[in-house]
Amino acid sequence: MSRCHHCDEFSRASLVRRTAAEAGRGLPAIEPGMPLPAGTGLDRRAFVARSAGLVLSIYGAGKLKLFEEGIARAAGGPAQPVLVSVFLPGGTDALSVLYPGLDGAYRKLRPKLALNPGDGTQFSEDPRLFWHPSLQPFATLHGEGKVSVLPAVGYTHPDQSHFTSRHFWEVGATEARLASGWMGRYLDHTGTKDNPLQGLSLDYQLQPSLASTKVPVASLAAPDDYSFWAPGVWGDVEDRMLEALEPLGARRSDPFLNQAANATAQSDRLRRQLAPFVGTGYGTPVPYPDVDDSFPKQLAGLAAMLAANLPLRCVALTAPGEYDTHSDQPQALADGLDVTARSLLAFQRDLEARGLADRVLTLVWSEFGRRAEENGSDGTDHGAAGTAFVIGTRARGEMVGEFPGVANLDDDGNLRATSDFRGVYCSLLEQWLGEDAAAVIPGASSFQRPVLVK
Amino acid sequence: MPPVYRGRFGKPQAERLLWRAGFGPRPGQAEKLAKLGLHGAVHSLTHPGRERLRGPKPHDDHGHPLAPYDAWGHDQLWWLDRMVRTSRPLGERMTLVWHDWFATSRDGVDSARLMIRQNQLFRTHGLGSFGTLLTEVTKDPAMLIWLSGTDNTKDSPNENYGRELMELFTIGADRGGYTERDVREQARALTGWRNDWNDNVGPVNFRYDPRRHDDGVKTIFGKHGRFTWRDSARLCVQHRLHPSFFVTKLWSYFVPTPPSSATKRELQHLYTHSGHSVRPVVEAILKHPALYEGPRMVKPPAVYVAGLLRALRRGIDTEDWTWLLSLAGQQLFYPPNVAGWDDTRWLDTSTFRARWMIASRAIEPHVLKSDKARLPDDASKLLSRAETFLGSPVLTGHTHGELKRFARRALGDANAKWKKEQYPALIENALRQLLASSPDLQTC
Repeated sequence: MSRCHHCDEFSRASLVRRTAAEAGRGLPAIEPGMPLPAGTGLDRRAFVARSAGLVLSIYGAGKLKLFEEGIARAAGGPAQPVLVSVFLPGGTDALSVLYPGLDGAYRKLRPKLALNPGDGTQFSEDPRLFWHPSLQPFATLHGEGKVSVLPAVGYTHPDQSHFTSRHFWEVGATEARLASGWMGRYLDHTGTKDNPLQGLSLDYQLQPSLASTKVPVASLAAPDDYSFWAPGVWGDVEDRMLEALEPLGARRSDPFLNQAANATAQSDRLRRQLAPFVGTGYGTPVPYPDVDDSFPKQLAGLAAMLAANLPLRCVALTAPGEYDTHSDQPQALADGLDVTARSLLAFQRDLEARGLADRVLTLVWSEFGRRAEENGSDGTDHGAAGTAFVIGTRARGEMVGEFPGVANLDDDGNLRATSDFRGVYCSLLEQWLGEDAAAVIPGASSFQRPVLVK
Repeated sequence: MPPVYRGRFGKPQAERLLWRAGFGPRPGQAEKLAKLGLHGAVHSLTHPGRERLRGPKPHDDHGHPLAPYDAWGHDQLWWLDRMVRTSRPLGERMTLVWHDWFATSRDGVDSARLMIRQNQLFRTHGLGSFGTLLTEVTKDPAMLIWLSGTDNTKDSPNENYGRELMELFTIGADRGGYTERDVREQARALTGWRNDWNDNVGPVNFRYDPRRHDDGVKTIFGKHGRFTWRDSARLCVQHRLHPSFFVTKLWSYFVPTPPSSATKRELQHLYTHSGHSVRPVVEAILKHPALYEGPRMVKPPAVYVAGLLRALRRGIDTEDWTWLLSLAGQQLFYPPNVAGWDDTRWLDTSTFRARWMIASRAIEPHVLKSDKARLPDDASKLLSRAETFLGSPVLTGHTHGELKRFARRALGDANAKWKKEQYPALIENALRQLLASSPDLQTC
């Protein structure tokens, strides 16, 4: 993939994506003359609540009978820790995210792209390094002790293919043929069969790290638009139509017919779980970046769902921006990091305002870093070790693995990893989710566990 | 030769063939195709004659003709219209296959003109020589921008195309087919392309400039020579691991389960001995027992949309398909990355809902008004009408039974005179919705 030299198209594409989301969320018209607000997926109570301008107050514990039994049971239990995975697609340049601004060798490798020491804030744990100017929100959170930085995370024998390397990160192993995601396997061990929200992909499609084999997981772009309307259908007939989704989703012997049936059944279940959200929307206690991108809205919706006590355990979404910066790196990287970092700061402040901050830990990662030497088209080619962050009030807030420097690159001219992503997963499973990593990560015993949680 | 299907070739088989090799039947088309028998049917698809576009001409939400180069989203509608109206469905389906295989996105190319030019290239060479196709793709302007081909120069080589050329287009990763050194040497061989920039038009004047080419000796796959971009493509097609990559990948677009090792061998043989020609391999796959006797496949969203419109005899008359396709996970001209769409992940709770909305939008112009329409108070008759409305697709017993059960129950709710009059039309609308979005119609 390549970034073009002219970025109009990129922002226009984002606009269309946003428009798509908006168009999908519009409530259909109510059929005239009908006794109930048919076709909206609302029951009278939700309809009244919306009219009254009430937003989240209808989600008190007493209203849980609105939910399906499984979700109610899950939501009624003790509050569980939540892990959020944010993927920066394309391979983010570690040597820009935290750059060794004073290092002459760095400036020599990056005659055009090198950032100056004055551009960003100095990284307090290693004065050789500076935060990319767009990552000031992360620097702020780091100053509050809420960010653990992994300046060179990767694995031995790094693969420079986007797809292979991302696959390794998604499945939690350097195994090409492993088909389930690492968070999906965690849910297979600890999740239930009646709560698709336990693994939530905030996206138009399932994030591969959540791919499970036994328990259901869900995918939705926004929590407040998940309804099923049909033209010219309302009242009793609409109720019967929606009832028919469950038997249509019954198990079939043909594997792919069954895949479609399963999507039908899971969608039906999720529809019932989210019924209270539909049409009422949600409010946020803090401002999120007002940009042409769904990412801040997705995070705001996530905070609202957590505040509504919906039983989420693992959540995955993709950050805005395009990090495969073979060309035009300065602008592309700054734009993507800017929206990503400001949105995640708003999310953290939102969780803090709602008293949820101790329940949520966010991992920010990319499939690899980039080549230390710039490529001559204002960009960088695929590299090895990259940067990752663990964000939250419960994050330990201390660097994991040292910055390896550019004097000792690997044979391909790439940064060497000083921490292993599988060790990071083991730590998150054991220290945060309370699960034995051996049940989830192949060869777990061989990985050193960094301390990530306080 | 690979084995040939010898079972009955009736409507269900013809319907499946039309979906796998195109965008599904128009009403009555599966019955007609079945009469030709397997060989006749496949031949009619692989040798379709001159293209004709049948049915209503496309227009936007305001009734204006499409402006694929200029108006946002019209490039997608322009292509979707061809899928709906073409008399050469396999040619159009192969264009979709190559769009996924050589996945290039307008997100990086920034030009509808260049994207459509590439799309025409796929249409022209889609069933011909793969070597020619690959050579054309290698110098295709959209691809040169997308994978940094015109940024790749003697003085600053860029590995983007060289790597994907081998990993995704011809050989495959993790098979021992090439090394990181081969990636770098391919990048050197591919140097020399450049273009200019015009502020009004964008990238223009794509050309090969020998001064930007690294004319030194390269070592690729253990061979030495002053290789150029043509050699790059040629060496990949001649690579010992290319035929197995090619037939397996091509097969996966038509059959969801991997080919047996015997079939794979026979397809490779066919491919190699035809001089790397695509058509005979596609023909063999379309006649293979696995296509008819094996499991169903999930329809890609574009195929699902085009198929619904074909069944309904509806043309492109709204721009809504662009955002609906995007919600369903397949925005044409915007594959998610250079590896294309992931065919194993079309369906989840998010994309299922998008498909439900697609079905709603497809049937909406014909919605029955419950205060006007008078329909029979009979579940079987209502279901049979809904089936006819959607082109009489072959249904599983389970789906048929559940739809009938729904209609019976809903009719049973009519406990007042106005309900007895109006419910049948509401039920008919609901049956169309449930049928169009049923697991049966999501797969083929």
